Amino acid sequence: MERIVIIGAGQAGAQAVATLRAEGWDGSLALVGDEPFAPYQRPPLSKAYLSGAMERERLFLKAREFYREARCELLLGHPATAIDRIAKRVHLKDKGELPYDKLLLATGTRVRRCLIPGSELPGIFYLRGIADVDAMRPHFATGARLAVVGGGYIGLEVAAVARKLGLEVTVFEAMDRVMARAVSHPVSDFFARIHQAGGVRLHLKMPVQAFEGKGRLEALRAGGERHEFDLTLIGIGVEPNVELAKDAGLPCDDGIVVDDHCRCAGDLSVFAAGDCTQHTTRDGRSVRLECVQNAIDQAKHAAFAMLGKPISYREVPWFWSDQYDLKLQIAGLAWPGDRLVMRGDPDSRKFAVFHLRNGVIGAVEAVNAAPEYLMGRKLISDGTVVSPERLADTSVPMKNIA
Amino acid sequence: MPKIKYIEHSGREHEADVPVGWSVMEGAVKNLIPGIDADCGGACACATCQVYVDPAWLSKLPPKSDMEETMLDFAQELRPNSRLSCQIKVTPELAGLIVQMPKSQH
Repeated sequence: MERIVIIGAGQAGAQAVATLRAEGWDGSLALVGDEPFAPYQRPPLSKAYLSGAMERERLFLKAREFYREARCELLLGHPATAIDRIAKRVHLKDKGELPYDKLLLATGTRVRRCLIPGSELPGIFYLRGIADVDAMRPHFATGARLAVVGGGYIGLEVAAVARKLGLEVTVFEAMDRVMARAVSHPVSDFFARIHQAGGVRLHLKMPVQAFEGKGRLEALRAGGERHEFDLTLIGIGVEPNVELAKDAGLPCDDGIVVDDHCRCAGDLSVFAAGDCTQHTTRDGRSVRLECVQNAIDQAKHAAFAMLGKPISYREVPWFWSDQYDLKLQIAGLAWPGDRLVMRGDPDSRKFAVFHLRNGVIGAVEAVNAAPEYLMGRKLISDGTVVSPERLADTSVPMKNIA
Repeated sequence: MPKIKYIEHSGREHEADVPVGWSVMEGAVKNLIPGIDADCGGACACATCQVYVDPAWLSKLPPKSDMEETMLDFAQELRPNSRLSCQIKVTPELAGLIVQMPKSQH
């Protein structure tokens, strides 16, 4: 019987299992994961799971019976250590070899480590998996002093939860604004104000130089000063897990390079999906996306391609973040040179920033503004020409904007 | 645990015991009931978990938030009894709730 092996038991891996079976794959199926857990949702880790509002059981993407019914062998806690593309075998840690006919790489990312002095001290945490949150949460006591290193999505979501739990929170960001990689200036400025109003001390343009402590984190050095803390969360981005692919001779750049059917170049049996991949967008740019949408949609596309009915990847990416009572929703990808159009007033805590490019919308960032987000997503997908004046005019409903 | 009845677009019925505090969406996804995608996992970010609530139950549900209201406004195949199932929290009073799934979530 033919076998499909999926390396990576995350959002993309689980989706691939579901789509392969729904589309009629009748061969055998195995899902290999580094962590001891079946695929689970990562977005709530820095939000409801950290705050305690959501218990672990609810994180799992599928019930255990799903994998039984899908006749999917789960090989969890046995990281893949090598791929032999000639023999078509995956080597697993402590579990021998696994032959495959088709292989899906959904290896995801890992946190970028902070390599400054003292960064190995106890009391310093990262956030990527269930185990990270479980290790950190007991220290989230009222009044504890938390330093967040990195003002990105993870850092700011943790800051918001920590404030709600009564911690003293200070964010250190090396760039001149928060979420600089992900959002435009007006949105950065808005969230900086929100966090400051929420009691977060925010230090911009202030990289952390060192951590200090005797056997445990006591302080950090930044901006030429010593700041005392009880614990630190480091959120300075992730790196794609490309080593398996690279060592197997598959083309990698910032991610595992895939075409718009999620195939790896030079091997008709190997596919990749999710955060670990790099693909060319429909406007011709090479990107690596870190989001649920791309994991789900690429996994679907890879499954279709594996079954010999490829469809081209044309989906508009979307992202979200929850901080305090605010929901940030983003569709599309912003590029330097976009013309920004503001719709609504940030002071009303409900607004959107549209990114216009050659008359059409390239991206939209919406804060508590679902119509702007959803209509924006549709207009991006359709490539509809829009008038910047109408977009900026809140008296024109989003439904009638084009 | 409150029992909830899910009816697929095809008419196929499923019953599931859903823990109090979970969402109606989670009750479907965790019990392998097809017809609800819930791509975002329940963050009210994707509008792929629409259900039609049995009219007899509509008034017993907590009202829609602004966010749910506007997300729904853009969903496909919207009906007056449409709700996002990720936003309906299961309570003991909802034992017996009946929801139906649309033809497609996309």
